[in-house]
Amino acid sequence: MLTEQLLSIGVNHFLTISVILFALGMFAVMTRKNAIVILMGVELILNAANINFLTFSKYNGGMEGVMFSLFVIVLAAAEAAVALAIVINIFKTFKTVDVSSVDTLKE
Amino acid sequence: MNQLTIAIIFYIFAAVTVLSAAFVVFSKNIIYSAFSLLFTFFGVAALYVFLSADFIAVTQVVVYVGGILVLLLFGVMFTNTIMQTGLKADVLHLVPGILLTLALIAGMLFTFYTTGNWMPGVMQLNGSVVESIGLETMSRYMLPFEMVSIVLLVALLGAAYLARYDKAQKK
Repeated sequence: MLTEQLLSIGVNHFLTISVILFALGMFAVMTRKNAIVILMGVELILNAANINFLTFSKYNGGMEGVMFSLFVIVLAAAEAAVALAIVINIFKTFKTVDVSSVDTLKE
Repeated sequence: MNQLTIAIIFYIFAAVTVLSAAFVVFSKNIIYSAFSLLFTFFGVAALYVFLSADFIAVTQVVVYVGGILVLLLFGVMFTNTIMQTGLKADVLHLVPGILLTLALIAGMLFTFYTTGNWMPGVMQLNGSVVESIGLETMSRYMLPFEMVSIVLLVALLGAAYLARYDKAQKK
């Protein structure tokens, strides 16, 4: 029973990988102080979402998830470009990319 | 290919994806994180092939590995001088982070494996999806396709404007 479940790759296998990737991305966003590692965590989260879209698209037979994951990839590219431009500006201004020391808006 | 071979290949790629993602998150050195992200992206692309989305897998390799990863590496090189010892990143709120992460994994997996009773549809995607993607892009997803192209153009122009070399600021 268990070996049969392990051998036939189904929805749950992909969802498990997606959950682990999402949790690791969340961990990076929550705990790391370097802005670039936070961006990497965001990319992991987007990849996890994409795996979910494609899994449900495959086992449902529709094209919606496939198209949506394509748009997610394009928006991830736009997001990475803008975010890195912002990070480079932060580095120019504060001479660091430590997000916990960028606090001039705080009194 | 029989079922066992497919399962073994799937588990290899799954292990590559998850382990390299863990290395991205837990590594102290940002350069190691960036290069480990490469393996994560390739592993995810292989998983997309398992989900019979070959076009998405190729796009993943081209856009993520060829574009986003290079951008991230540029960011790492720009913002950390290699000689400087500041390459090591510090960690904040480690214990609450680990607790929340474990709770997230446990809760979602518990929900998926116990309450979620996924019924595979009658029709599943099989073979290549390239032709269907072309048809959908030119029919139902015409407007989002054009909008996303404009969004990408504006975002890249904005990024180039933000990160430009400012002569007035330079003393």
